[in-house]
Amino acid sequence: MAKLPTPEELAKIDLNPPEKDWMDTPADIKPGMFCWGAKGKNLKILDFPNARDWSPAEEDWKLPKDWEGTVLEAFADKLSKYRSFKIFMDVCVRCGACADKCHFFIGSGDPKNMPVLRAELMRSVYRKYFTNSGKVLGKLAGARELDLAVLKEWWYYFYQCTECRRCSVFCPYGIDTAEITMMAREFFNLLGLNIDWIAGPVANCYMKGNHLGLEPHTIKSSIEFFLDDIETVTGIKIEPTFNRKGAEILFVTPSGDLFADPGTYTAMGYLMLFHELGLDYTWSTYASEGGNFGFFTSNEMAKRLNSKIYAEAKRLGVKWILGGECGHMWRVLNQYMDTWNGPADFMEVPTSPITGTRFENARSTKMVHITEFTADLIKHGKLKLDPSRNDHLKVTYHDSCNTARGMGLLEEPRYVLKSVCNNFYEMPDNTIREQTFCCGSGTGLNASENMELRMKGGLPRANAVKHVRDQHGVNMLANVCAIDRATLKAAMEYWVPDVSVCGTHELLANALVMKGEKERTQDLRLEPLPGKEVKE
Amino acid sequence: MKMLFSFFAVIFLALLGFAGGKSTSLQFIFGVVIPYAAVATFILGVIYRVADWARSPVPFRIPTTCGQQESLPWIKQSKIENPSTSMGVWARMALEVLLFRSLFRNTKMELREGPKISYGSDKWLWLAGLAFHWSFLVILIRHLRFFSEGVPLVIGITESLDSFLQVGVPLFYLTDAVILAAVTFLFLRRVFIPQVKYISQAADYFPLFLIFGIAVSGVLMRYFLKVHIVGVKEMAMGLVTLHPVIPEGIGVIFYIHLFLISVLFMYIPFSKLMHLGGVFLSPTRNLANNSRIVRHINPWNYPVHVHTYDEYEDDFREKMKSAGIPVEKE
Amino acid sequence: MRLKRLLSEKKSAVLRRWFDDIVETYPPDTSQFLKKQKNQFANPVGSTILQGIENIFDGLLKGLDKNEISPFLDNIIRIRAVQDFTPPQALSFIFLLKKIIRNEIAKEISDNELSEELLEFESEIDNLALISFDIYMQCREKLYEIKANEVKRMTFRLLQQANLLTEIKDEESDIKEHDFININTKGGS
Repeated sequence: MAKLPTPEELAKIDLNPPEKDWMDTPADIKPGMFCWGAKGKNLKILDFPNARDWSPAEEDWKLPKDWEGTVLEAFADKLSKYRSFKIFMDVCVRCGACADKCHFFIGSGDPKNMPVLRAELMRSVYRKYFTNSGKVLGKLAGARELDLAVLKEWWYYFYQCTECRRCSVFCPYGIDTAEITMMAREFFNLLGLNIDWIAGPVANCYMKGNHLGLEPHTIKSSIEFFLDDIETVTGIKIEPTFNRKGAEILFVTPSGDLFADPGTYTAMGYLMLFHELGLDYTWSTYASEGGNFGFFTSNEMAKRLNSKIYAEAKRLGVKWILGGECGHMWRVLNQYMDTWNGPADFMEVPTSPITGTRFENARSTKMVHITEFTADLIKHGKLKLDPSRNDHLKVTYHDSCNTARGMGLLEEPRYVLKSVCNNFYEMPDNTIREQTFCCGSGTGLNASENMELRMKGGLPRANAVKHVRDQHGVNMLANVCAIDRATLKAAMEYWVPDVSVCGTHELLANALVMKGEKERTQDLRLEPLPGKEVKE
Repeated sequence: MKMLFSFFAVIFLALLGFAGGKSTSLQFIFGVVIPYAAVATFILGVIYRVADWARSPVPFRIPTTCGQQESLPWIKQSKIENPSTSMGVWARMALEVLLFRSLFRNTKMELREGPKISYGSDKWLWLAGLAFHWSFLVILIRHLRFFSEGVPLVIGITESLDSFLQVGVPLFYLTDAVILAAVTFLFLRRVFIPQVKYISQAADYFPLFLIFGIAVSGVLMRYFLKVHIVGVKEMAMGLVTLHPVIPEGIGVIFYIHLFLISVLFMYIPFSKLMHLGGVFLSPTRNLANNSRIVRHINPWNYPVHVHTYDEYEDDFREKMKSAGIPVEKE
Repeated sequence: MRLKRLLSEKKSAVLRRWFDDIVETYPPDTSQFLKKQKNQFANPVGSTILQGIENIFDGLLKGLDKNEISPFLDNIIRIRAVQDFTPPQALSFIFLLKKIIRNEIAKEISDNELSEELLEFESEIDNLALISFDIYMQCREKLYEIKANEVKRMTFRLLQQANLLTEIKDEESDIKEHDFININTKGGS
């Protein structure tokens, strides 16, 4: 009989790589860790190069001829266009301060998920082709050639970065791995190495105005379904308008909230709030996507998708734009939109028609975040709120990476939440605000085939939620991001099953006392409100 | 391997310096030609590198925000961690460059579980980094006395602060000990912290050994193997007034010291040591988060192909009409 | 039981060995991180293992039953079930304990004729292993359930308005699992 392996032997199989240099350890592309390759038809719609069906799991990636040349040419081009890229290639001293700050490293333990090493994957090639020391000294200077194994390693690990920028907070030079990941994805885009979870929504958004591919009449009917539910809960009939010229405000929000629970409840929250205020606003079916999966593909694609928002505002003649709860949408709106597609001089400085507050901090972009808008309303006492309706909830707040580290929207949502619920608890300091942990599924990595990756990446966030659950009995994780609402739901199901996920405006709408409403016995999820059950 | 290579490279360089100091025929090369070449390489190299970075534009305004944004008047903005004005950016940069703000962040800990050992290593990195860089600066300032007539006030103050312990003859400078300790620490953590060892390159060990060599040769010269100090001063003044002279009997250790410094100066522009310039140009730190207030211009912004509203309406006109959504063309 | 008394005296040594051995199942650079980073929010894997094994060991010594120990097993296994481990690798940590105990108290066992008690204790460890299989399977099933739930959440609204959503025409009709998901759940924002 053959000798059976001992537990020690079993435990160590494949896991203790020989003490080899990381450059000598090629990436092992493991199922559960990557997303499916993009379909040719979606790339064709967008006029992307090398449109064909392909699979990362297969040996042959069907790369175009002279792909190395394509990458190196693009590399030089990006170096000349982005100072950030050039400096981040040059100045890292490998101090290791970022090493244990990445949620993927913390959850997976894969050393190539340390931000510094993820960046070195690319820096090593940079040195070989763009620095003299690398050209002369080669490996000794930390340089290596670009070959197929390197490309696959890049692909594997740059699709394990959610561009959350947490590493950048701790880096003494502000080196931001997100910038490097963006460049890597630009290169992949040139070779047709897109993933379908991103390319599909991008194609949809380009042709139909939103990631989900909802056509105009479907958007309208989706929202009409919400109106029915709202009427059931409040007894109030709401009539929103679509593509209406002459409205004062254009409202743009991620389309994910029109379709998947629990985001849908947040969308209901917007509808109720705007109705209660009598706001002169309109939805648009053309600019029906606040999010921007193009941002996870290439700068050009992001701009192509984003252009619709200003174009639609101009066509409808609105005075300013109000944006819903979303993470990367707000990174784009705050740091990119005006530069790409501005100036938005055909609009006015956003001014709340209810309180008269001028949003000076958005005077050029003309776009206001919904929690800025709502916090201002609450501060001026313009909303009648009954926070006790949320008394069965113990709420904590997850800062979205992008709103925290690409904007600084920290107090506005907290102010809203504390005004609409009586039980609010913060997670530990090193897991919130600018140090917040990613949901583990950002930048278009929220597919299902990479669930193991998502769960690992979500572990640090879930771990902090678990802590406040154990300490304070927290049972609701609020946020201001549509991807969070979809992905934290999954992360909670796995790691902390008794915590639900919601948007901030869902809780607001639950607490909102509306004119002429019937006595509420249900929340927006059509679940009975404790203590207010209908007595038979 | 990477470590040994760097180690022997520095030993080799020190031996070169030794040879240069020993042989009178080489003294001119090692005492005049190489130092001039090093300074020229340093100045031109640094200018070239910074200009090269500056040549690439900053297309987008991408500060990493680490605090509350400028928002409604009653919400307190974090004016330094998330600046919206240039004053704020200056303050942020000053904290970053002078006090290593971001590295310090590592120490902020609230809850601890289990054994008492906490985030020590990270705090030590900040401390050692700060100690190293500040000592380096102080030592540099102290050395300026060799290049000036008399002793300017700044240098005098620096020296007296540095030697406030008032021990030893000649007076013991605190920074000499601090820089050696800090460099040793920075080296040891590369050896003993596995994550850091895993990411370290030869280019990380080399400057540490080189600076260690410079500091050791300097300390030997000042406290142990006394050199002919008047000669050194004479030589330095000669260099700086462009009338180089090679006084006799300075001592070979001085040539080792000088040669290693020359190597460091030449090495800086071509290495990661350029972080001293890069930190000022880093777009995630040196920009204000005001992109909603002032439009940031991208010099290479170009028109892109978009799917226009008209095309969209052409695709869906009938469906829109039957759903009661207004259209441009009936 | 003399054995259990002996083991509680040796508890910290056993736990340290056990923790180190579990952590050794990760790549070297990772294992150092897991050992050294003591902040539970910066290092949830390490701290979960550390707390988990202590509770499991205490449970064994106190003779707690399955329901009381399994939450602690669950915490550890839930993590290992999504990391790059095969099922035997993921669960091997239970069996490591046997060997550690034997090594740790080898002398006392032969001196005090404890082997019978040891056999009994080891069979309790075996029981833990059986429970662990169960937990591991639950975790893996949960992952698939989550995938299915995501699809369900997305398609719920779709079903509400059947025929109102169209998809960009797909030439081939090779509907695999991921195609199905893509059709219904594009993006999510």
